[in-house]
Amino acid sequence: MFDPQIIFAGVLNGLLAGGVYVLVAVGLTLIYGVLHIINFAHGSLLMLAMYAVFWLWRLLGVDPYVALPLVIAGAFGFGWLLYRGVIGRFSHGRDENILLITLGLSIVIDNVALLFFGGDTQTIDVPYAGLFVEIGAAFLPLPKIVSFAASLLLCAVLGLYMTRSDTGKAIRAVAKERQGARLVGIDVDNIFAISYGIGIACLGAAACLLMPSYYVTPTSGHAFVLVAFTIVVLGGMGSFIGAAVGGFIIGITEALGGLFLGEQLGQIGISLIFILILLLKPTGLFGSRA
Amino acid sequence: MSRTALLCLAALAAALVYPLLVPNYLVNIGMLMLFTAFLGQSWNLAGGYAGQTSFGHVVFFGVGAYTSTILQVTYGWNPWLAWPIAMLAGGAVGWMIAVLSFRAGLRGSYFALITLAFAEVFRILANSVPFTRGGLGMLIKADQRPENFQFKDSIWIYYLALALCVISLLIAWQIARGRFGARLVAIRENEDAARALGIDVFAEKVKVLTLSGAMCAAGGTFYAQKYLYIDPSIAFGVDKSVEMLLVTMVGGAGTIFGPLIGSVALTVINEATRGLASVVPALKNVQPLSLVVYGVMLVLIVARLPDGLMGLFRRRPRHA
Repeated sequence: MFDPQIIFAGVLNGLLAGGVYVLVAVGLTLIYGVLHIINFAHGSLLMLAMYAVFWLWRLLGVDPYVALPLVIAGAFGFGWLLYRGVIGRFSHGRDENILLITLGLSIVIDNVALLFFGGDTQTIDVPYAGLFVEIGAAFLPLPKIVSFAASLLLCAVLGLYMTRSDTGKAIRAVAKERQGARLVGIDVDNIFAISYGIGIACLGAAACLLMPSYYVTPTSGHAFVLVAFTIVVLGGMGSFIGAAVGGFIIGITEALGGLFLGEQLGQIGISLIFILILLLKPTGLFGSRA
Repeated sequence: MSRTALLCLAALAAALVYPLLVPNYLVNIGMLMLFTAFLGQSWNLAGGYAGQTSFGHVVFFGVGAYTSTILQVTYGWNPWLAWPIAMLAGGAVGWMIAVLSFRAGLRGSYFALITLAFAEVFRILANSVPFTRGGLGMLIKADQRPENFQFKDSIWIYYLALALCVISLLIAWQIARGRFGARLVAIRENEDAARALGIDVFAEKVKVLTLSGAMCAAGGTFYAQKYLYIDPSIAFGVDKSVEMLLVTMVGGAGTIFGPLIGSVALTVINEATRGLASVVPALKNVQPLSLVVYGVMLVLIVARLPDGLMGLFRRRPRHA
């Protein structure tokens, strides 16, 4: 069990899983950093995006990777509308209230999915699902390698967008200093909606990358929500680098936890990290504020 | 006698004769409604009065259910004797979570999230350690004698739920009218101001979460004795946490009757969607439909009616 080969394989697998976690967590941390709201519906929205990928494949035969631009655009639009229609209207009050509103949204989304899609586990059959790449003792599924690479690429693109484009600069300005941004003529409400949209667009991308090797049920959101929060808290709320580093740490923790403690008890690592970080260093590894 | 007191007496009298007049399944629905109101009240003490929103209150419920069940099944205790021990265990876990989180200065959303993580840790542990029998869950042997905390006639379990609900209302009433309640409300409205007034914020928050945990654990034992079965996802699953939070938020957080009103409202919605589903065959899945309605209600109530349905009955300034 302590064979270095197996541990090496576990670490590699964890890194690959971490790649997609990074994408999910970047969306969450962006929303927190700009809007200062904790988006509890994040997991449920990811689940919804995964169903979108599933149905595109099932009904229209669209390959998940081909669907990527479409799902990203759709997710952005959905997030934008959700912000304009619901979250934005109520998002300036006590922070628990906003948390409760996003909890309410996640209850609605989960159960609408259950109502319309049923409780069955759905998977996508793609011809490349069974392909493996062999690195040392590790057999790595090809879809996971693709998702890892694509996820990092997308994060890099997002990073460039945030630093180079005018909208990206405006988003960072709003995140830093809301009033000041308003004073220099930035349409803050619009930036909020765009930021929320981008956060959800990250989920759309993650859904496309996950589906070839993963499955979706209406409760899939639950599996991701605590993971995503743990990553974001570990890295520091609002920090992009933190989300990236946190994603990999959590991916590896999960893989090694499963290896050493078994499938059931292995999941405990994530919750424990979450609790310990909040208790001991709530600013996380790269965060500036609690 | 005041109008409120008369109303309470009338409601109590109605609740007492109700099971004698209606068929068995309605007795059961009434029992669940009262029991949910009781659990909601335990959430309300911490989440409503003190403003410490918890997303993982089920952890206390589960600790209570497992404590009494393990004592009974593994060690042969009488469940009535195991009940107070279960409450102690729930209180101890409440105390532990409160001391850890409030010592670290967690507030608002951060506190809500850490309670969720604690519940998750307990769920995973209950799934893995041998003395809970893991995912198989624990069965309590059926032996329907009152001294065994099991009843042949479901009317008795109904009356027990009624008693729990009444006790929880009395506790909330005692707290709300006393200085303890006033201090909790002060903490909810502005923690720093409360501290400046000389309130020991940390001690009060620990106290209320301990009390809330013990109450919720009592509900756990009740649940285990009613259904004679408990497993990790029932005992520590997120659904029950959400249910406690929902009934209280919908009815009115930080009000005495909020959890009861919320529980009544949600029971009515549940039965209404069940009725609707029997008419419209496309809606064969009732549970998700009623949860969709709950979710929408939660959003609307948090946004528009901070005092919940109770706010419709009574106007009171929320901010000093």
